[in-house]
Amino acid sequence: MDQSRWKTLWTLFWTFAKIGAMTFGGGYAMLPILQREIVEHRGWATEEEMADYYAIGQCTPGIIAVNVATFIGRGQAGIPGAVAATLGQVFPCLVIISIIAGILTNFAELKVVQDAFAGIRACVCVLILNAVIKLFRTDVVDLATFLLFLAVLAGAALTNLSPVLFVVAAGALGVVLRALKLDGRARKEGAK
Amino acid sequence: MIYLRLFFEFFRTGLFAVGGGLATMPFLYHISDSTGWFTHAQLADMIAVSESTPGPMGVNMATYVGFTVAGVPGALAATLGLITPSVLVVLLIARFLTKFRTNPAVDAVFYGLRPASCGLIAAAGLSVAALALLDLSAPIAEAIQWKYVALAAVILVLTRWVKPTKKLHPIVFILLSAGAGIVFGL
Repeated sequence: MDQSRWKTLWTLFWTFAKIGAMTFGGGYAMLPILQREIVEHRGWATEEEMADYYAIGQCTPGIIAVNVATFIGRGQAGIPGAVAATLGQVFPCLVIISIIAGILTNFAELKVVQDAFAGIRACVCVLILNAVIKLFRTDVVDLATFLLFLAVLAGAALTNLSPVLFVVAAGALGVVLRALKLDGRARKEGAK
Repeated sequence: MIYLRLFFEFFRTGLFAVGGGLATMPFLYHISDSTGWFTHAQLADMIAVSESTPGPMGVNMATYVGFTVAGVPGALAATLGLITPSVLVVLLIARFLTKFRTNPAVDAVFYGLRPASCGLIAAAGLSVAALALLDLSAPIAEAIQWKYVALAAVILVLTRWVKPTKKLHPIVFILLSAGAGIVFGL
């Protein structure tokens, strides 16, 4: 690889490392910073492309922020670019979390730390509840999805089955439900 | 080989967790149950730290779990495991990007996946609630930890219904709760 190619890969790594270090929360929290850095400053993607990457990130497995980094890195420098951008995206997490985890592990025995985390856990319940409400509003769109939500909630709460099973079964069920719906609609129209 | 095991567990999480943010949480609970690498209490604390530090939640959680299980190399193994499926999937579909997005079959799969992912997160949330708000070692009549229930209720009101505080970053509420927890412990 020549020098300019290495430089491109480094720029990708460094730009995404900066974005990763500056955004709290990933996903949609990242969008304004991505727009400024990637669209306006670097010109690596247009607004429309960015919207597309987000839409795809929503309908592919994995972390949305990582998906976006991979898309943009690939567009700039192929597979090595995708790898450089993605590693840049996660690099600050690795450093920051390792430091905090290291510190907290050393102080975990202290009563004051344990008390603080007992309070924090009550807060985490609420943060999770808020996240669930938000997802529920966009994902539960009709009776079928509501029943599916309830069934998975009950199944996961009451059994020790792997979440993978629920995800695979729900995906398959999604296809079946859609097919039934289309079939029902076609029949109704046929009856007219 | 603990690193390979971490990589594999998180590879599976990255491949099946749909919907960003807390979507990896149910998988981490399952890893906790099946490996015993960390407790549910530790996991709840990791969620709080991951919400309070920069970067995507899922990546932070993977790094934290990996670090707890096997130090810095563990953090690296878990994080790489988590992101590898995302990278592979994106590289695979990048070519027929627009076709993928409008494909009715993909749409149908996600019609089922999204409410399921929401249900999984809700179920994991219940186990956090049981841990945070109940003392399961106490007799049933005294199991409910009213102080923490009251704290959760206050945070719920502040994050959902009080206009000036609704939009604040979660870190504010996490710090507030840490203070309340310390006071409760005095």
